[in-house]
Amino acid sequence: MKYLKQFLIILAITFLGELVKYLLPFPIPASIYGMILLFAALMTGIVKLEQVRDTGRFLIEIMPAMMIPAGVGLMVSWDALKKMLIPVIIITLVSYFPVQIVTGHIAQFIIRRKEEKVNE
Amino acid sequence: MSNFLNDSLFAGVSISLIAYMIGVFLNNKYKMPLFNPLLVSVILSIVVLIVADVDYEVYNAGASYLSWFLTPATVCLAIPLYEQLHVLKKNWFAIILAIVSGVITSSVTILVLSKIMKLNHKEYVTLLPKSITTAIGMGLSEEMQGYVTITVAVIIITGVIGNVLGEAVCKIFRITHPVAKGLSLGTSAHVLGTAKAMEMGDVEGAMSSLSIVVAGLMTVASSIVFSNLI
Repeated sequence: MKYLKQFLIILAITFLGELVKYLLPFPIPASIYGMILLFAALMTGIVKLEQVRDTGRFLIEIMPAMMIPAGVGLMVSWDALKKMLIPVIIITLVSYFPVQIVTGHIAQFIIRRKEEKVNE
Repeated sequence: MSNFLNDSLFAGVSISLIAYMIGVFLNNKYKMPLFNPLLVSVILSIVVLIVADVDYEVYNAGASYLSWFLTPATVCLAIPLYEQLHVLKKNWFAIILAIVSGVITSSVTILVLSKIMKLNHKEYVTLLPKSITTAIGMGLSEEMQGYVTITVAVIIITGVIGNVLGEAVCKIFRITHPVAKGLSLGTSAHVLGTAKAMEMGDVEGAMSSLSIVVAGLMTVASSIVFSNLI
């Protein structure tokens, strides 16, 4: 019963996310609105962590399995992929590095400066 | 036989999950990022469908019930975010600014490379979510009318790159602070980068898992602007 109750709370919030998506004009998936709503509900105490935690963790743990059908869909989009295969490979490889380097160095720079200030 | 498969609602789900379990098994046994369970299961499922001569539509009639869980599961990412709030609070300025910079770097790099290689709008928006978690990236690609399945493939491959090369990049480019290492891995390589970060240490792991959600949300915001540029 506990899991069903938790699942119901999660589904209800997901539904509210769909409702927000329906009302707002942005290209934002319903899941993002739902995530923000659940976060707000946890922050304000409307939903307690114990009321969603176990089922939520389970869903997150098995999340990769939910993406299999989309991945298998490559079968049907092979024609589209074939046309852009080389740019896709180049962009995927090349763009990885600047993202990691910039993120790491900006974080490091700010934290180090803060630590120096504390030490002074 | 293939007639029966064409009518079965449970064949698709079973094939997917068996393939996934094989992927998990290989991943545990050989600790190699190339044996990413999702990657293995997608390839195995495609092979099975081609060998058994089953159409994707038939497979997906059953397998789509798996995808159905993705939206509520993504909503649940709010839970780890809430649990790690204390980590965020401590260094919030550095964390937010670093992730924003990473997200903008990602969008700008993809924009410039797409322009150079003359990709069209649909191809370009397919690639925009490449650094974020599949759960958010899939929905985003769908909203922007990209090729969702290609987005998924690119996201997984980006994650594998991060898992394999992320630690070396930290060394070569002198990213030494544990917080910075975690943020850089999570922002550039989502869940698979986080798996690596967790091996590197607790702080790295917590920071990386936090950046999955934050970078995902910010990429959604930045894509609203960037998707109009090609």
